[in-house]
Amino acid sequence: MFGSLDFVILQQLWWFIAVLVGSLFVFLTFVQGGQTLLSTLSLSEDEKILVVNSLGRKWELTFTTLVLFGGALFAAFPLFYATSFGGAYWVWILILFTFIIQAVSYEYRRKPDNFLGKGVYDAFLFINGSVGILLIGAAVGTFFTGSNFILNDYNLVQWKHTLRGLEAAFSFFNLSFGLFLVFLARTLGALYLANNLGHDSLVAKLKNSSFNNLLCALPFLLYVLIRLLLMDGYAVNPVDGAVTMEANKYLHNLLQMPLNLILLLAGLVLVVFGVVLNRFTASVRGIWPAGLGTVLTCLAVFFLAGYNNTAFYPSKVDLNSSLTIYNASSSHYTLTVMSYVALLVPFVLGYIIWFWRQMDSKKLTLEELAADKKSY
Amino acid sequence: MIEQIDLTMVNWARSTFALTAMYHWIFVPLTLGLSFLCAFFESIYVKTGDEQWKKLTRFWMTLFGINFAIGVSTGIILEFEFGTNWSNYSWMVGDIFGAPLAIEGIAAFFLEATFFAVMFFGWNRVSKKAHLFATWMVAIGSNLSAVWILIANGWMQHPVGMTFNPDLARFEMIDFGALVFSPVAISHFVHVTSSAFLYASLFVVTVSSWYLLRKRHLKFAKRSLTVACTFGLLASLFVAYTGDEHAYHAASVQPMKLAAMEGLYDGERSAGLVAAGLLNMSKQPGDDEDAFIFEVKVPMVLSLLANRDINSFVPGINDLVYGNPAENIMGVEEMMQRGKSAVAELENYKSAKSSGDEFAAGKALTLFEENSEYLGYGYLDYAEQAVPYVPIVFYAFRVMVGLGTLFILVFLVYLYFLYKDQLEKQPLLLKFGVFAFLLGLVAQQAGWVVTELGRQPWAIQGLLPVTVARSNLDAGTVEVTFFMFLILFTALLIAALKIMTRQISIGPEGD
Ligand code: HDD
Ligand code: HEM
Ligand code: HEM
Repeated sequence: MFGSLDFVILQQLWWFIAVLVGSLFVFLTFVQGGQTLLSTLSLSEDEKILVVNSLGRKWELTFTTLVLFGGALFAAFPLFYATSFGGAYWVWILILFTFIIQAVSYEYRRKPDNFLGKGVYDAFLFINGSVGILLIGAAVGTFFTGSNFILNDYNLVQWKHTLRGLEAAFSFFNLSFGLFLVFLARTLGALYLANNLGHDSLVAKLKNSSFNNLLCALPFLLYVLIRLLLMDGYAVNPVDGAVTMEANKYLHNLLQMPLNLILLLAGLVLVVFGVVLNRFTASVRGIWPAGLGTVLTCLAVFFLAGYNNTAFYPSKVDLNSSLTIYNASSSHYTLTVMSYVALLVPFVLGYIIWFWRQMDSKKLTLEELAADKKSY
Repeated sequence: MIEQIDLTMVNWARSTFALTAMYHWIFVPLTLGLSFLCAFFESIYVKTGDEQWKKLTRFWMTLFGINFAIGVSTGIILEFEFGTNWSNYSWMVGDIFGAPLAIEGIAAFFLEATFFAVMFFGWNRVSKKAHLFATWMVAIGSNLSAVWILIANGWMQHPVGMTFNPDLARFEMIDFGALVFSPVAISHFVHVTSSAFLYASLFVVTVSSWYLLRKRHLKFAKRSLTVACTFGLLASLFVAYTGDEHAYHAASVQPMKLAAMEGLYDGERSAGLVAAGLLNMSKQPGDDEDAFIFEVKVPMVLSLLANRDINSFVPGINDLVYGNPAENIMGVEEMMQRGKSAVAELENYKSAKSSGDEFAAGKALTLFEENSEYLGYGYLDYAEQAVPYVPIVFYAFRVMVGLGTLFILVFLVYLYFLYKDQLEKQPLLLKFGVFAFLLGLVAQQAGWVVTELGRQPWAIQGLLPVTVARSNLDAGTVEVTFFMFLILFTALLIAALKIMTRQISIGPEGD
């Protein structure tokens, strides 16, 4: 079935699959957003316990999606995996660090004799939600602003900046991208929690908070969008693969891929709709439109970076080292095999959704947690 | 292709990998085994409806959860470490190696992640049956992740199903089935999972023996032990059996590793197995010192184990390095020459291509292909480099096998006294039992040391030496990360241990 597809189609298909996983990850960062709310929302001890336990039932899912995003990129675009991880070393190591410390924190924070103390584990959660997400945003920003690497004849990477990737965080565009993601995660976190918890005053607080956080996200979003439309982009010549700078490349991409434009607008409208729904009506279900909107928006952004003869991981020091979905991909054979494997994805999504609904059909309350000695 | 080889960097990268993998491997085998034990316990509960079994299940699940969290946090670093520290590797074999890692994510980690939450928080939210199902899915999910990662690692021990693409200078997959059904990978998987079951059973032995010594939770401890020792005995027999399979495969695809495991320098027919021995530490390949200061050999057994034939020839390190025409063994020296010619022709091919000289390119390619299977050897500097560090491999192997034999005995004795209902009256045995888990850990780590150190200098056996596989980083950078991980993981380990011992001393709720 997949084996008869053109190489080019498979490469485009795999860009779609990989960034779909990435976009789902961004939606699932409501966990990280919730973790930062924990320290900034002035909650009582009881309220904190509710929030932690609600997030604690979902963090694995977010984490695993990140792992799969890495795995999918490795399998489908190994040259990107090698270039970016081996090159932009420090930014990735720091991101990983914030996830290592997250993974133990839920389980350990309230257990007796936990060595580091509850405060430290809570700090871990906060760092993961703030620094972790900010750096991820900055790293994704380099899909548009470019990085400092050179590939030799054998495609082995050399990084041309001593900060090894951290320099990404010093670009205003990348930083805005990161801050946008941080506030988006907080918005989503508040929406998710409002839907999940059975605690009236806390829910009211969360409904307000999602709106306020969206307001904070807005300036960064606007800056990123406007810059995107105005900036020069990395265009690929489809015939010989040469990369050149093209004025307003990303604007052109939007206009040449009208579907993508629609995706972007629909995504943004859905996010705003979800938040407004929660803020101005009695509904607590805003997480669903906002979540879907997040996925659509992210997809549109990733499409902008990868499709329409664009280099998705450009090098600003040596244009022709830039990576495209065509020169960075696995072989035809491997992509074919992986496409069969990807048939599992709907099935996996299916059981995740089924059990999620089973688990979340009742709101989480303090009474339930008090009865359960195993709560976080 | 590789400008300058920075050995210090390579060594820091190796140490970092060893550090993170070894930390991961403290917890992961416990996850693999304890998840099944929890599923057994819960099945008994659902079957009998006895609330005591539910308490028992929940107690072991609490310990499982503490272990699981730190297993996950050490795992993510491994996944990305291939990219950060071994980026040349990631590019050169990513076409093959990336696939199992991605499949592991899709097919296994999500099972674990989804059902973990149900297993821990679903007691009152889903039906009893659905809960039991979730517990089984966690067990199956964790062991599926072992399948895929061991296919990946098995491929590094014995690369199959791929070809070299000279235009991109990378290896590409041509036969996924060969990868998945590689006998080396399969024997890898069965040995590792059974050893994990054994390890988790030892964990139950340790905790329960402590309770019995303290005269606490007696019924609880004996129930747990009955299940765990049965499981452990079966697992340990299987470990010994699959371990033998494993060595047999190593003999055919990694003869150098086998020679190092046995401290065998000069190959022989009807070779004997060294049951115990003291190595002569100044022995080097090619010299005529004795390999052993003292040794106890069981005649013929090595030939039997390695080739299933008492009269067969088992090559030693010297045969493999310097060649042995009488036994039809090509030495590393010759392979290096061929490899260097392959490297040179690849270079010629590349430059002819870029200058558009198709004729010269075609010629270089033909010459390259004559020797391409030795490409990896072209990057060695001297033939003795192909020999792993013998003493560690030799002793680690003996520690593992010795302990493996001991564990069979331990489970037998425990089951005997359980059956006689006399276990509480055996303080000496119980005192030993408290340390059983630690011994299990030693055996686990020793096993990986044999596998991974025995593979040196190759990242991928025969294809890619670690010096080529590395990233282009300076040693200092990798050194800093090494210490960052060392400090962080050690802190987390201490936390896990303290929490775990505290939970054990609290004991099962309301018992
Ligand atoms: C509780 C742990 C444990 C125990 C008791 C044993 N093993 Fe083991 N062994 C492992 C845990 C392990 C392991 C950690 O799981 C390894 C590392 C990589 C692998 O495949 O399994 C391993 C590797 C390993 C290898 C290396 C294979 C290779 O590198 O290709 C051999 C030959 C054996 N084992 C053989 C045995 C034998 C004959 C045993 C006799 C009882 C034995 N092992 C007990
Ligand atoms: C979890 C159990 C494992 C342990 C305890 C372990 C242990 C080690 C050790 C001790 C080394 C250092 C060897 C040396 O440099 O001399 C090493 C290296 C390495 N291992 Fe493993 N390993 C494990 C699993 C794996 C798996 C499953 C893979 C691959 C999928 C793998 C891939 C590697 C790589 C790429 C290196 C670095 C290159 C090298 O030094 O050969 N390891 N490991
Ligand atoms: C270099 C090799 C390895 C890599 C890259 C790796 C990667 C990972 C990652 C990313 C996780 C976290 C997954 C999550 O989101 O839940 C993880 C956990 C896990 N890994 Fe590893 N792993 C390696 C070696 C192994 C080996 C050799 C096994 C088993 C034979 C194994 C079994 C597991 C299991 C069962 C878990 C689940 C939870 C736990 O650790 O307790 N891993 N690993």
